Amino acid sequence: MERKTPLYDRHVALGGKIVPFAGYLLPVQYPAGVIAEHMAVRTAAGLFDVSHMGELVFTGPDALDNLNHLLTNDFTNMYDGQVRYSPMCNESGGCVDDLIVYKVREGVYLVVVNAANREKDAAWMAARLTGDCQMEDRSDSLAQVALQGPRAKEILLRLLPEETLPKKYYSFVREADVSGVPCLISRTGYTGELGYELYCANAGAEKLWDLLLEAGRDLGLLPCGLGARDTLRLEAAMPLYGHELTEDIGPLEAGLDFAVKLGKPDFVGKAGLEARLPLQRTRVGLEVTGRGIVREHQDIYIGDRLAGQTTSGTHAPFLGKAVAMAYLSPEDAALGTAVEVDVRGRRVPCKVVDLPFYKQ
Amino acid sequence: MNTPEHLRYTKSHEWVLFAGDGTAKVGLTDHAQEALGDLVFVNLPEVGDALTCGETLGDVESVKAVSDIYSPVTGTVKAVNEDLLDAPESINADPYGAWLVEVEGITGQEELLDAAAYQALCAQED
Repeated sequence: MERKTPLYDRHVALGGKIVPFAGYLLPVQYPAGVIAEHMAVRTAAGLFDVSHMGELVFTGPDALDNLNHLLTNDFTNMYDGQVRYSPMCNESGGCVDDLIVYKVREGVYLVVVNAANREKDAAWMAARLTGDCQMEDRSDSLAQVALQGPRAKEILLRLLPEETLPKKYYSFVREADVSGVPCLISRTGYTGELGYELYCANAGAEKLWDLLLEAGRDLGLLPCGLGARDTLRLEAAMPLYGHELTEDIGPLEAGLDFAVKLGKPDFVGKAGLEARLPLQRTRVGLEVTGRGIVREHQDIYIGDRLAGQTTSGTHAPFLGKAVAMAYLSPEDAALGTAVEVDVRGRRVPCKVVDLPFYKQ
Repeated sequence: MNTPEHLRYTKSHEWVLFAGDGTAKVGLTDHAQEALGDLVFVNLPEVGDALTCGETLGDVESVKAVSDIYSPVTGTVKAVNEDLLDAPESINADPYGAWLVEVEGITGQEELLDAAAYQALCAQED
């Protein structure tokens, strides 16, 4: 039985097309449609309900050591109010999940994980905690909305003063007051645009949603569903767990070296990651040069040789062309390499292109 | 949802318009385009291809997914609406104007519904 987010009634009232996703009932799109929602985020702003995301709070004097041991990135030199992305690896160097870590203060961290992995992650991390560190799953009491797009800041400034907004990318403010709704606001997102993510208690979610929609109405803000969330992240070439990252595909193959600190003391997956070097496959971008749309899990051929598989693919609305992400051997991954993708029995010509497809 | 009286409909959400001369045009219904969302690609057969009723004649892709189109009739492709190849969104804008193929030499057809029966089917699915 799927759960509802605190904004479920809003989605229905706005005409959202509701689908089950990661255990929740969420809108895949609103009446404007995926393309209009996507374009709103690229040219104005979009508002997403991402309350399904999981929130785990780590507290205690040994919280930092535990995060450094559980995750591949290094959290040692973070300031209070900083956010840092990290994969979480299994012993073989594949991915348990990818997530973001918020440093609230010494000994207090908020870790935001993918909805579909929340229970798996919580169990995985709880089983490996050492020393004086507690983990609490706050997911069911917290709502989260994402306000994304070039006009996101302008919209927020209608509701609160500039000094209470996070200034730097991947930073956050706690205890912001959005017209009476206490929020944590971070400059983060999953669209490739400037934007913010706002966390609040479930009870304030509807008010926050209404305030933001109203504040942005005349600026072109649209409510956006899961469909646009996926096309936006794909166009920006951001990996999605279950596609570009899996228990098998690790962060190094995905090109996430910036978030893997092999130089730090032993951590879960370090030996497995090192054993994968040199890499047998690497994440690439494909642009369709023939006719058609490439999707996930389609075979890639170079001549008659099976060279790899796609992990995500769609029509990229802002770029106006079909793109995909895939894994190829480093030898096949040179920019401009011509390949063919088997799209349900039809060979569609593509070429390897640089990532990201879209950059702000 | 728009379901013109002069058309016949399949349970798989295609429409068919029989002309007096033994040919027919085939398209996707308003209900289908609404359910599929923004269409971004159409894959159609070629003139001269043989179609069999109930079997796929092509497919359409929305931003999110691909869906097969089933032929309501058995016959031969007389013409293909080439305009759709560059403008698949016409199906969203005008589903009953944006025909996909014209078929000739028709020798068989699916069980087809009239507008009222098709509306009832869609109501059940919603």
